[in-house]
Amino acid sequence: MIIAQQKPIKDIAEMIADCKKVLLVGCAGCVTVCLAGGEKETEILAAALRIMRRLQDNPLETVTYVATRQCDPEYIATMDNLVKDVDAIISLACGVGVQYIAERYHDKWVVPALDTKFIGGSKVHGVWEEKCGLCGDCVLHRTGGICPIIRCSKSILNGPCGGSQYGKCEISKDVDCAWQLIYDRMKALGRLDKLMEIQPPKDWSKSRDGGPRKAIREDVMIG
Amino acid sequence: MQYVPNIRIVEMPCSGTIDHRVLLQAFEDGADGVFVAGCMEGDCHFQKGNYRARKRVNAVKKLLDEIGLGGERLEMYNLSAAMGPRFAEIANEMTERVRRLGPSPLKKQSAGTMEKEGDVA
Amino acid sequence: MKTESKLQKLLDSGHFAVTAEIGPPKHASAHGIRHHAHMLKNYVDATNITDCQTAIVRLSSIAAAVHIRDCGLEPIVQMTCRDRNRIAIQSDLLGAYSLGIRNLLCLSGDHQKFGNEPSAKNVYDIDSIQLIYLMRRMRDEKLFFSGEPIKEHEPRFFIGAVANPFADPFEFRVARLEKKVEAGAEFIQTQCIFDMERFERFMEMVRERGIHERVHILAGVTPLKSWRAAKYLQTSVSGMIVPDDIVERLKKAEDPKREGIEICIEQIKHIRNIPGVHGVHIMAIAWEEVVPEIVERSGLYPRPKVE
Repeated sequence: MIIAQQKPIKDIAEMIADCKKVLLVGCAGCVTVCLAGGEKETEILAAALRIMRRLQDNPLETVTYVATRQCDPEYIATMDNLVKDVDAIISLACGVGVQYIAERYHDKWVVPALDTKFIGGSKVHGVWEEKCGLCGDCVLHRTGGICPIIRCSKSILNGPCGGSQYGKCEISKDVDCAWQLIYDRMKALGRLDKLMEIQPPKDWSKSRDGGPRKAIREDVMIG
Repeated sequence: MQYVPNIRIVEMPCSGTIDHRVLLQAFEDGADGVFVAGCMEGDCHFQKGNYRARKRVNAVKKLLDEIGLGGERLEMYNLSAAMGPRFAEIANEMTERVRRLGPSPLKKQSAGTMEKEGDVA
Repeated sequence: MKTESKLQKLLDSGHFAVTAEIGPPKHASAHGIRHHAHMLKNYVDATNITDCQTAIVRLSSIAAAVHIRDCGLEPIVQMTCRDRNRIAIQSDLLGAYSLGIRNLLCLSGDHQKFGNEPSAKNVYDIDSIQLIYLMRRMRDEKLFFSGEPIKEHEPRFFIGAVANPFADPFEFRVARLEKKVEAGAEFIQTQCIFDMERFERFMEMVRERGIHERVHILAGVTPLKSWRAAKYLQTSVSGMIVPDDIVERLKKAEDPKREGIEICIEQIKHIRNIPGVHGVHIMAIAWEEVVPEIVERSGLYPRPKVE
């Protein structure tokens, strides 16, 4: 899922400083699961902003709503009637949601409440870790199911570099060396010979370096 | 059991059911201070409810600091249902603290009341 | 495949090579590096020019190499994969060759986290092994990295790589060295050696695989100025092993700098007797002036002359 975290509340308040009434829109997708922008977080943020503004003698009226998914325009449309009389919309979705809302409501000031961080999973409740680099050309079959693109600090395809020691990355003792993990797993699988193959340079055009990407499935398109 | 009369008790089935929103609502509704009274640590009927409550209270204290109301207006205490005198002591202590802090700036007109959320009556 | 590198000629003719390292300055004057080049030129066969080592902004390694070459000392340009994509790497290396640079050392590069631009975006478009492979192919098959032919004047570098016997997983370090040789590396410089026992085990594995017959291995050494410097390398630099007895020896020494030089000379003398080692790479970090004495007292002076 997409892992996001709420921006400092002062920054969010600053974005809507000149508004009297705002709509806060949560998302029931990834950001609900990672506890950043679900119903509960949306209501907490609304309450916090209201309190902040009352303390400044400049009360703020808030409306809250949670879209099933903000990454599907059809779910954005469900809030049309809530949008009309607000001065701004605060989206608690990932960057996708903010953009779809902005696309639909041209005349509205739309701001992000979250920083979209990475694609990952929850290791334990309350701890999320990055697992996928969205490179568009998966190499996990060559690296024992451990992604060197995002989990190696240098995205090295023929690792590990000389900074790997005691299983940790040179950047921090809190970061596992992905290539140590790859080595251990390939060894356990009896496939160390695979690591002797020189992996060729990666085609980054399949990643964001090739410009904004699209995925199309003609067989499921309507009309 | 004697304690200051300015406290309104909100009963919850377990301090672990405390939600950030309930605490914020208390302040929005005019509380000058809020204290959460959970069971003694290690004595939770639901195992970890009071530990969770403390974490949430700490998170809301931090939020109150960030938004300018001040985390000092919120506190978590642990005591058992049999500790009446201790409850009175905490109530007085918290009342003193809030008096020192003054009325909640969210409610400039009226005198202070306090809300208490928790599972100790 | 022959190049115009003097270092290659020396190594190929069986001489025990001596290389040193010059770190470019954090300013725009070449005065200091030219001074070091004059000081070193009769004592070493070539010198590495680091490429913004530890991710600290410094004078360009290629520009510094040109100054050093002007002073009559052969440079080895270090090229990391951290700061340049494949377009910039190729462009810079074509330029370096046109300026008379003949030796190239390919590295991944230290992560920028600990440098003076920790908020920079890193590149790592290709890794060090891919860089070795692509530069070797550029030279031997006259192809750009993309596979497009180079019509004329392909750069003909003597291509080197690094190996760190002290990083983990230890068992894979020799395999990865072999991978670099497989990719096309012709000389190898190692991370500085303090744990001689581990280096000997590493070389034993190198010989078992016959790698020393396919590549020239130059063992890295670093003279230490103080026990604090030793302790720092021991505890704060990832991929480094410094045994306690070295720290202790420096701690007990009346003149720690002298002791550091003595230790380094002992290490070089020891290394010369390890089969499969073809040279020594002296990394006197910010202490270049001690290199002539170390070379001389290790019995490596005068340096052999080649055509």
